[in-house]
Amino acid sequence: MARARGFALRAALLETGMLLTGVVFAFPLYLLLTLALKPQSSWASDPLGLPTQLFFGNVTAAWTQAHLASAMLTSALVVVASTVILVVLGALAAYWIARRVGRLSYGVYLFFIAGMILPFQLALIPLYSTMRELGLLGSPASLILFYPGLKLPLTIFLYAGFIRSLSRSYEEAASMDGANQWQVFWHVVLPMMRPITGTVVILNGVFIWNDFLTPLLYLSGSRWATLPVVIYTFVGQESGDMGLVFGGLLVAMTPVLIAFFVLQRHMIKGFAGGLKG
Amino acid sequence: MTPESASLGGRPAQSRAPRRRRAVRRVAWWFLAPALAIYVLVIVYPMLAGIWYAFTDWNGLDPDYRFVGLANFRRLAGDPQAVSSLKMTFVFAIAIALLQNLFGLALALALNERLRLRDPLRLLFFMPVVLTPLIISFLWKYIFSTQGPLNTVLAMAGLGAWQLSWLGDPMPAVASIVIATLWQSVGLAMVIYLAGLQSIPAELTEAARLDGAGPWQVLRFVTLPMLAPAMTVTIVNSLITSLKLFDQIYVLTGGGPGYATETMSTLIYKTAFTFAETGYGSAISVVFTFAVAAVVLAALHVLRRREFEHG
Repeated sequence: MARARGFALRAALLETGMLLTGVVFAFPLYLLLTLALKPQSSWASDPLGLPTQLFFGNVTAAWTQAHLASAMLTSALVVVASTVILVVLGALAAYWIARRVGRLSYGVYLFFIAGMILPFQLALIPLYSTMRELGLLGSPASLILFYPGLKLPLTIFLYAGFIRSLSRSYEEAASMDGANQWQVFWHVVLPMMRPITGTVVILNGVFIWNDFLTPLLYLSGSRWATLPVVIYTFVGQESGDMGLVFGGLLVAMTPVLIAFFVLQRHMIKGFAGGLKG
Repeated sequence: MTPESASLGGRPAQSRAPRRRRAVRRVAWWFLAPALAIYVLVIVYPMLAGIWYAFTDWNGLDPDYRFVGLANFRRLAGDPQAVSSLKMTFVFAIAIALLQNLFGLALALALNERLRLRDPLRLLFFMPVVLTPLIISFLWKYIFSTQGPLNTVLAMAGLGAWQLSWLGDPMPAVASIVIATLWQSVGLAMVIYLAGLQSIPAELTEAARLDGAGPWQVLRFVTLPMLAPAMTVTIVNSLITSLKLFDQIYVLTGGGPGYATETMSTLIYKTAFTFAETGYGSAISVVFTFAVAAVVLAALHVLRRREFEHG
């Protein structure tokens, strides 16, 4: 009896403690939401309260003034194109690495994996001049070329680990039935890799959508700037009107929030499982 | 492994020789070729070029530049801002990696219990992981501003003495960046530890309890050792990410006040792109690359050995 009551007390304390932690943790999001939906004139008198009535002026003004729709389309284009390239090229290369045995394929594997550890800043400087010479500065093509290169190491790491865990018997059966290597890969291996492809798409998609430094270098000032760069420029120009700034921040965050709530379980699984070898 | 490939050490020219019929032929080279080409073109070749520029006085535009030997590296060693940036890179990385794992583990342990709010709280703590750091940094910049919400809350709570110039003084600025970064990364450590906790067989902790172990002993001698692989993943991952930290610093302090929060990432950006000192910026990048590689490999070595010792 006493023991049961001890457990109940402990559970109640833990529940309360976690609730308080959650409230503190949610505070920044609460602020973003409430401040963006109040006119800035009421911020000083009521910095922390809920809006007395919902005010969408900040949000709509930011939407049109910052051209957020076109920024979101550019970001989506870069994410989709880069991720498709990553999935196809990464799966092909990982298949080669995982199904060849010997020192050569292990060496190639390590050559790619090194890219997960080393910072890309060293490559960023010469690449900037290369992009300029190729006439790709200011074009989303620069990013669609860059992100596959940057994220192939992670992608190959995920795919190779997964393929090694797959039995070869399906491939052997297909091959006995006369399928060539491409057909084996496309009709047998790629469909079996669907679970890890989900992880690859989520980890790379979220990274590319959120990335700031590279698009800042390659696209700032152009009409093809991605969402983070557009927001950065917008906040710089409008820092006198924090209401407008918060409207912009809230709108800019909406696509990721929607994606998160639609894909929450896949996202958590992808991030929790994708990073461990 | 076939006898041929073993004895040849996998040399490509002769590896297509096997006469034995194989159920599945060796995967052809062109499966690897496109990925290898992009990776070399976009990452490997530019990195090698960066190492070369580190020994020149190139400004990024002029076709004419000179080989200057170790001059850029000597300048770096005598540049108090560069030395401080190197130090701060490690300060941030170690502080963030430690706290992210400590809090992430604590949250995972708490939310592994049967709480009514378990699922919504897991969702809440994880959500910032996927949000855009640049956008969130602007939010934190406002929270930490002198007249901002943090100081308002402190005043309301009667903690007026704690009202600080959060981004204007060196120590609070470092703390602010660490807090903003942790808020977005602690959920990642939490979900990895939760996955680790769920893979511990219940019989194991049950057996320890039946043998008379208290909750702390179960944690210390059963749970934590079983979490060693998850710990390796999260610590190495958070070191790699936080050594490269850029967005948060760039927005919150821009490296200031003075250069109190300048790290290698922000310094490289300023040197190479704002001041067009490509050669010197490349030299800083070379030092940065070696520093990151050394730290991550050392951490992997220590953590993997720890995993092994705990079986």
